[in-house]
Amino acid sequence: MIEQFDVLTVIGQASLAGLFPRGIGQYAIGGVLIGLGVSIIYLGTAITPGASTFFESTLSYVSTIPRFNRAKYLATRDWRLVFTLSMVAGAAVYALLFGQGGWTTDVQPWRLLGGGVLVGVGTRIGKGCTSGHGINGLASLSRTSFANVATFMAVAIGAALSMQAIGVTP
Amino acid sequence: MSASDTRHPLFVPLIAVGGSLFGFGLAYSGMARPEIVLDFLQLEDLGLLFVMGGAAAVTGTVITLAMRHLDRAPLTGDPYGKRERSFDRSVLLGGAVFGVGWGISGLCPGSAYASLGIGNYPILLGIAGMFLGAYAQGYWRAYRQETDRTVTPSD
Repeated sequence: MIEQFDVLTVIGQASLAGLFPRGIGQYAIGGVLIGLGVSIIYLGTAITPGASTFFESTLSYVSTIPRFNRAKYLATRDWRLVFTLSMVAGAAVYALLFGQGGWTTDVQPWRLLGGGVLVGVGTRIGKGCTSGHGINGLASLSRTSFANVATFMAVAIGAALSMQAIGVTP
Repeated sequence: MSASDTRHPLFVPLIAVGGSLFGFGLAYSGMARPEIVLDFLQLEDLGLLFVMGGAAAVTGTVITLAMRHLDRAPLTGDPYGKRERSFDRSVLLGGAVFGVGWGISGLCPGSAYASLGIGNYPILLGIAGMFLGAYAQGYWRAYRQETDRTVTPSD
């Protein structure tokens, strides 16, 4: 029995290390902090803040297209600007405290730009992103959000594995 | 707009506090680093499940308790509710397009803002791309609506 237990423990630890090579602490703590940030806003205002409506609401400052100037964007564009800038600021505090003062990516520029364009299009067609659907939507047990999240997860894993398969690094 | 005139004085400060915590959490969790997101999507480090799971669990608990036990939000007077979006084909289509973009770049909107905060200036390209995409989508929709209207005025 004891030997069997040891074998299971070793297998368990090996697969755990394989699936979570950086551990899970930073991820779980980060997730809880994100949830607290969203929850504070929700408790005070009943708003479930998403990160991607910022694009349309901010475009209303510079575009005359009626689509970007709908009442819901005009009424929220100032606080969405504050929300986004404070996210930048919060991350900067992290970098100053724990991040050795900052960090940049090696992911190729065309991936950032091209991926960014598709993210911009996709979140607007799909009515939300990893914040709106992935956090607020899942937290609301919204079937629409579960469908959206399942779709983008599956497709993103396929896309990332494809990039890796054709040898694009980083 | 009178919305900002009638708004509670603590409204914007609260948004700033919540947003800062959100951005700090994104950076702490590694979501602000496209490399870590790509590691997750390439199934080499599944830790990001705990980020979304943890955030959704905390938020879900708060939403449930607020709806059950609290009346209205103090700073807006609005009733507590869920985030609901109507389901249609565009939810899946949009999710798929977003998924391709996320898989290529390792970037989503929130993580991109946080990435800028940790000094990752190349991410500005990604954010510019997102604005470009959102603008193109809005422009196309506006154009299509216009054309539809001339074809079927009853719409």
